[in-house]
Amino acid sequence: MSSREPRTGATQTTVSAERPRMSAKEQPTTTDGEPREEAPTQMLDPSRSQSTSTRTAGAGDAQTRANVRDGLAVKLEKLRAYYGDVAQVKGIDLDFHANEVTAIIGPSGCGKSTMVRCINRMHEEVPGARAEGRVLLDDFDIYDPSVDVVAVRRAIGMVFQKPNPFPTMSVFDNVASGLRLTSRGRGDLQHKVETALRGAGLWEEVKDRLSEPGAGLSGGQQQRLCIARSLAVEPEVILMDEPCSALDPIATLKIEELIDQLKSRVTIVIVTHNMQQAARVADRTAFMLSGELVEVGPTQQIFTNPNDSRTEEYVTGKFG
Amino acid sequence: MSASAHTLDRFGVSARRRRKDKIARGSVVAATAIALVPLVLIVYYLLSKGLGSWSIDFFTTDPTGNTFFASSSIGGIKSAILGTIEIVAVASALAVPVGLGVAIWLVEYGRSSRFAHTVRFFVDVLTGVPSIMFGLFIYIALIVGTGSSYAAYKGAFALALLMLPVVTRSAEVVLLLVPGSLRESALALGAPRWRVIFKIVLPTALPGLVTGVLLAIARAAGETAPLLFTAGATMKTEFGLGGFMNSLPIQIYTDVTSPTTSVVNRAWGAALTLVAMILVLNLLARLLARRSSLG
Repeated sequence: MSSREPRTGATQTTVSAERPRMSAKEQPTTTDGEPREEAPTQMLDPSRSQSTSTRTAGAGDAQTRANVRDGLAVKLEKLRAYYGDVAQVKGIDLDFHANEVTAIIGPSGCGKSTMVRCINRMHEEVPGARAEGRVLLDDFDIYDPSVDVVAVRRAIGMVFQKPNPFPTMSVFDNVASGLRLTSRGRGDLQHKVETALRGAGLWEEVKDRLSEPGAGLSGGQQQRLCIARSLAVEPEVILMDEPCSALDPIATLKIEELIDQLKSRVTIVIVTHNMQQAARVADRTAFMLSGELVEVGPTQQIFTNPNDSRTEEYVTGKFG
Repeated sequence: MSASAHTLDRFGVSARRRRKDKIARGSVVAATAIALVPLVLIVYYLLSKGLGSWSIDFFTTDPTGNTFFASSSIGGIKSAILGTIEIVAVASALAVPVGLGVAIWLVEYGRSSRFAHTVRFFVDVLTGVPSIMFGLFIYIALIVGTGSSYAAYKGAFALALLMLPVVTRSAEVVLLLVPGSLRESALALGAPRWRVIFKIVLPTALPGLVTGVLLAIARAAGETAPLLFTAGATMKTEFGLGGFMNSLPIQIYTDVTSPTTSVVNRAWGAALTLVAMILVLNLLARLLARRSSLG
């Protein structure tokens, strides 16, 4: 199995070259907004994605089924985020294309993390914090008053800066935790956990120690465990808030390879301080400064030929 | 050579500072020694006077009430041991769920709201209230107020009131130790808050919570004042919560004022028993605390 997993650069390129076509073909089926406008909760219902995947893949083996699942596009409209009275994000309009990796770069304190935390409504968990504006998940506003915030987070997963496996749980239980916490712990848990761990490129390393504590893994493995944990609930979007900042270069490389494989089935938004990392993994890059979006575009363009002089100064290391 | 001498000259500790250090160290060691004197004496007296009255009969018979005739036995402390266990068990059953509930609300929901601050303030005040006040409160509310008599459950209420702030405070501290990142990642997985609390926060905090509860139980088990005019005193082993019930602190209290030497010795034996029970609880609490994953 591991030998077939695309690890080398060559396989990766072919895979990622194929997949956008696949997602482009799938796009019309997921963007026909009509019935969804009428039944907004339907769209966030986890069973929907299930039915999509069984329809397209014909309930093939999990690997194929996982590969053809699609991410969803995310669109920010005039997004503002506050801590108390202080605006940390000051009106951002930004598109995250489905099944692409978008990197958010910018100096510390520019509101990158805050903005990303607004996308799955984790921002409001901070006491006194609130957000204004709209966040559209495939044309559907997740800040609509009728929306169940819990359902939003099932559709939009998150990986945090520091690897944080649940300390009381084994490797297996950590991956299963998302399913159990969202009352989907029944059914073939074994299979779902294995699929998620394979998806996170961790299966071969932990298959013999599934019952050991998750906290006993190395930092990089813990972070991939956390990614597997998010994958297990089958989100359409995964937000990563500096996922590699606590990891060594080799573990970082593994995560980056993983991101490249994951984008075939989820949309990825990654906050990073590491501009090389943005250049390596992102299809598009957005540069933020003091709570505002300076510019967004194809990664290549942002790093070589940015439109804004501030972007150029930042990516060439003149400040930040 | 000259270089190292020079270095020593610059970086060596001056005589003045060395003297100061000696004085400071000496005084804290002295303070520790002074504090140890009564502790050691208490344990010494308890063992030397209490062990003598320990016997099988001491634990298996009720006090007889005979304190005048040396020919007949004065009896043991069975009713007191069982009474303490029952009253404290009932008090814990009342105080622990409520106390944990308050702590969970404070940490997970109330946070820094005004009401939470008010609750926290009153919990702190209650922690410092002398234990006799809890007894008085129950006495006025449930005995004078209702015109009824002493009862075991009233004693348990008084102890529960005493335990409540202790349980709440210790549980709150432990729950605050659970990293916020764990809550966040569970919430980000799409878990409802109550599930995050029951499946992630409480299991992570469990050893610490148990430790706090055991310490609160140990504290309550040794209290005399709340029981003095709530649970009454009796000699027979009773299990009914509606009637009088004996307990170790009350047994000690009544025995130690007796003019008969053998009865006073029974008080020592009972005191040693109580300390031993509390010690076991404390050891259990420590053992569990060591297994805690929160450090």
